[in-house]
Amino acid sequence: MNGSADPAVAVEHLVKRFGTFTAVDDVSFEARHGEIIGFLGPNGAGKSTIIRILCGLLRPTSGRVRIAGLDVTRQPEAVRARIGYMSQRFSLYDDLTAVENLVFFGGLYGVPGRELERRITWAVDMAGLAGREHELVGTLAGGWKQRLALGCAVLHRPPILFLDEPTSGVDPMSRRQFWDLIHHMAASGVTVFVSTHYMDEAEYCNRLALVDRGRLVAVGTPSELKRTTLAGTLLLVECEPLGAALAVLEAMPGVLEAAVFGDALHVLVPSAETALRELPDRLAARGVRCRRIVAIAPSLEDVFVHRVGAAGGGATA
Amino acid sequence: MPDAAVVVVGLTKRFGGTTAVDALSFTVGAGEIFGLVGPDGAGKTTTMRMLTGVMTPTAGSAMVAGCDVVRDPEAVKHRISYMPQGFGLYEDLTVDENIRFYADVFGLGRAAREERAQRLLGASGLTRFRDRLAGQLSGGMKKKLGLSCALLHTPRVVFLDEPTTGVDPVSRRDFWRILYELVAEGVTVLVSTAYLDEAERCHRLALLHQGRLLLCDAPARLKAAMPGAVVQVGSPRPDAVRDALRGAPGVSSVLVAGDSVHLVVDDAERRMPELRARLHAVAVPFTDVAPVAPTIEDLFVASVRASSQGAR
Repeated sequence: MNGSADPAVAVEHLVKRFGTFTAVDDVSFEARHGEIIGFLGPNGAGKSTIIRILCGLLRPTSGRVRIAGLDVTRQPEAVRARIGYMSQRFSLYDDLTAVENLVFFGGLYGVPGRELERRITWAVDMAGLAGREHELVGTLAGGWKQRLALGCAVLHRPPILFLDEPTSGVDPMSRRQFWDLIHHMAASGVTVFVSTHYMDEAEYCNRLALVDRGRLVAVGTPSELKRTTLAGTLLLVECEPLGAALAVLEAMPGVLEAAVFGDALHVLVPSAETALRELPDRLAARGVRCRRIVAIAPSLEDVFVHRVGAAGGGATA
Repeated sequence: MPDAAVVVVGLTKRFGGTTAVDALSFTVGAGEIFGLVGPDGAGKTTTMRMLTGVMTPTAGSAMVAGCDVVRDPEAVKHRISYMPQGFGLYEDLTVDENIRFYADVFGLGRAAREERAQRLLGASGLTRFRDRLAGQLSGGMKKKLGLSCALLHTPRVVFLDEPTTGVDPVSRRDFWRILYELVAEGVTVLVSTAYLDEAERCHRLALLHQGRLLLCDAPARLKAAMPGAVVQVGSPRPDAVRDALRGAPGVSSVLVAGDSVHLVVDDAERRMPELRARLHAVAVPFTDVAPVAPTIEDLFVASVRASSQGAR
């Protein structure tokens, strides 16, 4: 947050059509310096198309995108020099050493010699690779590879960084270390875009944009979305047998959604008070025994399924 | 457990100098959804391969659906189903043609095939796509078709290796719904996942790390047994909160998550006033300090920490 008045990224009425298919449909948003923004959406929702346009790799059909004050359509080369990109599979060369990979990417980004040396020392240190920097990348475990890929993506000190599902499948300790690094970068003013459909990655973002069929259907901090998205209260219903309970609840007026979660149900109702009064009897009348009904905080997954599932996008996406 | 569907004792697999699966023991009851949960490289796939008779263990024993898979790996194959990662659907065949192919492989007659296919495709929401090429289905639909094919011969135990990887949350919820319907019919499901949040959906789970069993129980019981507590601090400046609270007495882990900070503490009641005082002292703004339920990831991290300290 360096106090700069201009937003780091400004997107106005962005549209992208492929033939008759509208992949991005009138999307507008701004990102501040130092903000970590997550793009969430089902496969094919338009996340990658938006990111490709922001990176200057794809021309929009209409609308305007400014990155670090530059117009992406008019100055794509200048924009590309100011962004870093780390893909899901961390495109590193397995048969090169860590340092060789860094030298390669430094050359690609045109980092000058003296500066490159400093940046490589920084990246090796940041990735925790000191002492192993001359080992082949192919022999490194996932967490190291991931931090090395991050180092490669930011050698040229880009003010904007794009991450595509950066930590899926990585062990939790490495993932936490990784996000710690990202938060430190953001604190120094780097704006970070994360594209994912894993809710545990989304939780780390400052602000989330839910994308469905080319549109932004909700934008807010993780807590805001959890607080405001569901039109009602989520209840945890512990009962037996689950199948019968689910059938009763799905047919019951006043129940908005019901889903099995392990050995309990998640049930969305407009009013917790009414439901807590009525549910146990209704269930008992059908032979279902309730052990416990409590209101719980919705997870990001509940929010996602509610917004995207309700629109009917999930069934065919 | 008299009605155990799977009994694993000391199961071990070594590849040269590396131990992929290290003396694993657990039992799965009939009609349970049992999760093998852990990051990439934890040994989930190797375990599944040994339990399905595809790979011979280095040591240990496993009984699956009443068959000894080490002594008689062929016998078990008629009683189980195994959906590996990248299950072999034929992309240039239609949904229906894939079903017919797998029905032939399993030796199903035409009437039985049609009856099963109608039920399975109906439950998967694939009925109206029967004539579509498998290659033109979305990722989530492909997984559901794979599951339908794997279930055609009514197996007693089903092994699913990371069935929801790359599947979005809406399709993932559909997929789990099918699993719950299966177990309601008495089928036992062993499912692996690298997504720790998904572990909450299993009846019981084995948390794996580097080939070893960290913990094994029902998610709610594991959470209740976690030593210490998780406290959440809401703040417009989570990074400042992290810096202020890292290293505070009783705090073992500090994690920035979006617009809040998660701390693992030894005793929530005792530490929360201390944490508030510490934030006030350095004038870092915060909205609330409150205990929250630990996640499976919190458990995983705490357990790995505890076991690595124990080893020292």
